[in-house]
Amino acid sequence: MALFFEVTLSLLKGFGTTCSIFGLTLVLALPLGLLISFGTMSKFRPVKAVFKTFVWIIRGVPLMLQLFVVFYVPGFLFGMPIASRFVSTIIAFVINYACYFSEIYRAGIEAIPTGQTEAGEVLGMTKWQIFRKVIFMQVVKRIIPPMGNEIITLVKDTALARVIAVTEIIWRAEQFTSRALIWPLFYTAVFYLAFVGALTLLFGWAEKKLAYYKV
Amino acid sequence: MSFLTVKNINKSFGSTEVLRGIDLAINKGEVVAIIGSSGSGKTTLLRCLNFLEIADIGEISVDGEVIFASDGTRAFSDRELREKRSRFGLVFQSFNLFPQYTAFENLTLAPKLKLEERVKKEHLAAAERKAELARITARAADLLEQVGLSEKRDFYPCQLSGGQQQRVAIARALMLSPDILCFDEPTSALDPELTGEVLRVIRSLKNSERTMIIVTHEMEFARNVADHVIFMADGVIEEEGTPDEVFGNPKSEKTKAFLAVDKG
Repeated sequence: MALFFEVTLSLLKGFGTTCSIFGLTLVLALPLGLLISFGTMSKFRPVKAVFKTFVWIIRGVPLMLQLFVVFYVPGFLFGMPIASRFVSTIIAFVINYACYFSEIYRAGIEAIPTGQTEAGEVLGMTKWQIFRKVIFMQVVKRIIPPMGNEIITLVKDTALARVIAVTEIIWRAEQFTSRALIWPLFYTAVFYLAFVGALTLLFGWAEKKLAYYKV
Repeated sequence: MSFLTVKNINKSFGSTEVLRGIDLAINKGEVVAIIGSSGSGKTTLLRCLNFLEIADIGEISVDGEVIFASDGTRAFSDRELREKRSRFGLVFQSFNLFPQYTAFENLTLAPKLKLEERVKKEHLAAAERKAELARITARAADLLEQVGLSEKRDFYPCQLSGGQQQRVAIARALMLSPDILCFDEPTSALDPELTGEVLRVIRSLKNSERTMIIVTHEMEFARNVADHVIFMADGVIEEEGTPDEVFGNPKSEKTKAFLAVDKG
């Protein structure tokens, strides 16, 4: 029993790190993704090309590799290693997830009929007012299901931080293997499942909350 | 002197010439119906008046003031277009109500945003802002009553029938008191049994101050309500005149053919 408590406590610490990676990535990548989506939809071709290429690279390379790049390359190239494993993880995750989010935003924005923008225009609204007051909430409603999907993936992708020895939950569980204990590793699933379960309920609630209008 | 003067409007999409030299002169308080088959350029003309499309060449004046003149060489900024648009209102074929707002909020959204801009720019006092807000709310309530939807003020668009949605859209377009109110086939997206209520509302808006341009396929309505009828074909005004002249005694062969088809 003492062992079980010891493992649980250790995993909880790791899970705290997991939640930090998750939370920070989400908070930073959600707005950054929106900005990137504006870039990929730009009418100015060079800007569009730059953003499209960037999204292609980030989505085309494994996140694990991106973690290595962010963690090691500044040290190799400029002699300025990133001090913190955690900070490199956040940088890599935010960039990676912002690119995936940007495509979800783009799909959501492009699905809104142009009539909505035109209606705002003939009412004398500015482009920014139209986006903020008319388009955005319709986009939010449309993208909740795909966003939920991506965000649930993020919960589990945090485990990749283990490759640069961030002490998240999987890393903690692995420490017990040196004591010939394998079950703590399987035990981590309980934490992930509880977290994803809570998120699923949250997204369901959000969808219901926005069910009062149709887009 | 006419209230709205349009001179030599030309508009192409790629190599397709949609409008080829449109001239219009409309008096204040006049109701003009624009008829013609699909692809004749009616809707594009209306969109050019509302600056949703920018005419390649042409001139538009309202009340003696040239608000748009283009020889095709210069681009117009968003700010300029916004300024120009304020003279016109537009009711769309597909209503285009904002789905996440109630009927009432659909009416007040744009005026409130405009008020907030004024508050910032002119540093309006709180009391004045409050008075303006009250004015917006009162006007919205009035207009909803005018279109017969007072009891639907807190309904969302998805809870309203097509006819009701279009009536809300008409009230919304009136909120900013445009000089010229345009209708782009306002009943074409409606079930036949719902067109009546919308046409009744449009008819009720007719007064000496309000200039209206209505693109429509409702020939009876055009004949009964319009002061002036314009028949468009292939991007030009083929024929125009009073309803009696155009419907009763059309001169152009194209007009005759169009009206004959319409009678079935």
